[in-house]
Amino acid sequence: MGLTSMSTGAKVLDYCGLNIEKETEQDKIVALAGNPNVGKSTVFNSLTGLKQHTGNWPGKTVTNAQGKYRYKDNNYIMVDIPGTYSLMANSAEEEVARDFICFGGPDAVVVVADATCLERNLNLVLQTMEITENVVLCVNLMDEAKKKKIRIDLEALKSRLGIPIVGTSARSGRGLDQLMDAVASLTDGTFKAEPLRVTYCEEIENAVSMVESVAAGALQGKVNSRWISLKLLDGDESLLRSLKEYLGYDLMQNEEILQKVREARCFLEKAGISYDQFRDQVVSKIVKTCEEIGNKTVTFEKVEYAERDRRIDKILTSKITGIPIMIALLFGILWITITGANAPSSLLATGLFSLEKPISNFFLWIAAPEWLRSIFVDGIFRTLAWVVSVMLPPMAIFFPLFTLLEDLGYLPRVAFNLDNFFRRAHAHGKQALTMCMGFGCNAAGIIGCRIIDSPRERLIAIITNNFVPCNGRFPTLIAIITMFFAGAVGGAFQSVVSTLILTAVIVLGVTMTVLISKLLSKTILKGMPSSFNLELPPYRRPQIGRVIVRSVLDRTLFVLGRAVAIAAPAGLIIWSLANIHIGGISLLGRCAGFLDPFARLLGLDGYILMAFILGFPANEIVVPIIIMSYMATGTLTDLESLTELHALFVNHGWTWLTAVCTMLFSLMHWPCGTTCLTIKKESQSMKWMLVSFAVPTVTGMLLCFLVANTVRLLGLV
Amino acid sequence: MNNNQIPLNQLPVGKKANVTTLTFDGTTRRRMLDLGVIDGTEIEPLYKSPSGNPVAYLIRGAVIALRSDVSQKIMVSML
Repeated sequence: MGLTSMSTGAKVLDYCGLNIEKETEQDKIVALAGNPNVGKSTVFNSLTGLKQHTGNWPGKTVTNAQGKYRYKDNNYIMVDIPGTYSLMANSAEEEVARDFICFGGPDAVVVVADATCLERNLNLVLQTMEITENVVLCVNLMDEAKKKKIRIDLEALKSRLGIPIVGTSARSGRGLDQLMDAVASLTDGTFKAEPLRVTYCEEIENAVSMVESVAAGALQGKVNSRWISLKLLDGDESLLRSLKEYLGYDLMQNEEILQKVREARCFLEKAGISYDQFRDQVVSKIVKTCEEIGNKTVTFEKVEYAERDRRIDKILTSKITGIPIMIALLFGILWITITGANAPSSLLATGLFSLEKPISNFFLWIAAPEWLRSIFVDGIFRTLAWVVSVMLPPMAIFFPLFTLLEDLGYLPRVAFNLDNFFRRAHAHGKQALTMCMGFGCNAAGIIGCRIIDSPRERLIAIITNNFVPCNGRFPTLIAIITMFFAGAVGGAFQSVVSTLILTAVIVLGVTMTVLISKLLSKTILKGMPSSFNLELPPYRRPQIGRVIVRSVLDRTLFVLGRAVAIAAPAGLIIWSLANIHIGGISLLGRCAGFLDPFARLLGLDGYILMAFILGFPANEIVVPIIIMSYMATGTLTDLESLTELHALFVNHGWTWLTAVCTMLFSLMHWPCGTTCLTIKKESQSMKWMLVSFAVPTVTGMLLCFLVANTVRLLGLV
Repeated sequence: MNNNQIPLNQLPVGKKANVTTLTFDGTTRRRMLDLGVIDGTEIEPLYKSPSGNPVAYLIRGAVIALRSDVSQKIMVSML
């Protein structure tokens, strides 16, 4: 289910590498393979109890994740490998998947397949069976298939494929026991698998035998020699590289093998199978075998089994309604967020600020010095209270809503609708997906960029990800909009106006994403868009209750944790900066004074710019820092409502222009600390991290400068 | 050679056709093969995106969106 605390924030940095640690020698390693978006991660989460990010769009699992489960006194280490259509290594994920199945030494490979689209999924099953005999087929989404009146004869499938087969509905947990049982019986040898072997035409089989006769000796049974022989004939470079690493020597240095490969190719050539046709023939044979198996084991009781999906898609992607509905959905989510956050926000504020007095009294009672009280109450406690009351409610509402849309399968439709813009920007169509992920968390969005194969297009997606506001920046935008623009409207329309403005800000973010992508494509990342295909998965009913409970809990705990970890020390630093005086002026005043002339050019002031700089560790604390700094120099004390906040800001010289520029700058400035680290890790380069830092910053500054000075020149403020 | 062969991007929405040839090489070709696009595979354009490109196709039970740079190189013959 959707983004979780595991897949956002700093956690994204930890779960990349793969280092399998067995507790005992008897522990079995189980690889979990499958096409993208077949519920692989759901199976993984249900078995291991982990919370790997799932969602209804292809490509969420971009790294190997591992977890453990126990079944009948045995430990199983499950490795969730990236979803792929094939193991022919056409992309980085396929390489990772293939290498793990081939060289990772799994005791069993569970291939998860989509029951509603079994034939296509069998392709990966047959390819996996060419590499290893220890395959379990998990036909998932049986419940969806039933709904669509698709019947699968699992017994017939089992006798045809000769491997253990289990039908599951992982989301409701059905069939998982049988799956664990099947894995156990395969790994302990009680199930005698007789896997189907795809036989190719006579010429290819002969050629394979020629190579295999010598390759088998060199491989010493470490890897399936028939499969390696096929790959040698295919000339699969990436496999040969991995094989060399695994074996410790280069098979292609073996004169005997080289000789045989040459001979076999010659033989094929004479039989009319050219080098290019070889792979086509191999793939076609596998696809045709899948088709034949599919025809015998799958019955569509209703011809128009996907009629409802088609109808929905036609509305959601049509020329007239596609984009308006998308914007309306965005508006709807934001409206619920803004309206829903009001009450809990003021409740939290009242509650937390009423604690201020008792805490102060406590410090008086223990006769603590005034500076100590001030540090705790005016510094740490107030910042914490602000982050929690202003920032937490919108985040806790937006997040589950976004997750619901994601689980439903709407995001690929967004990518489909927006692709034209990305294509014209010479960017990858899947960038729309990574952009959407950015709404949840930019760091998660950047990890997600792995779904883009072409390095050029991937960098573009990484650099521009920050142009959509993440969950942590929404509350800042909402607070400013409510104070300066919607407040005047009043009544029921207030939230509508706020939402309209916020929607416009986001549309601006998306527009900037496309424009900057185009600019990058024309300058430092020149090139043409690479070809791609995007699967539009069937819609699935999200597990509403579970999504809400989990993401509210996860989010709430995550934000609270982050508030304590970052906002509290930040509060301390701000307090110190505001209260340590040099030459009669506070350090904060000095820093802000230093930044002020530059900040004014951008329509901001020194304190605001300072807040953005100090907010580098986490965007949530920008507004609290601004408030803190104004409070330190101002006189107001009761700041529970936005009206009073508005007064505080206006007293410090804010106009509507300041508000606009602060919003623009919030939308477009440097990525937060976690995101920067993620970019460095993902791009493996300091240079691209700096570019990703500079691009939104420079864009934001230019835009603020233009807006501020145009407005000033026109005398509008 | 079948004379009602057309590139896939010219196939009208709702009409079914069989793949006859793939006129690209390399990664794109392999990706299409992985999706089961081989000689004789039935393809049907389901709907166009708001701008008309990409188009969503029904390929072996899955809905796959392709940009026209790919679909114009898949030759099909109408059923």
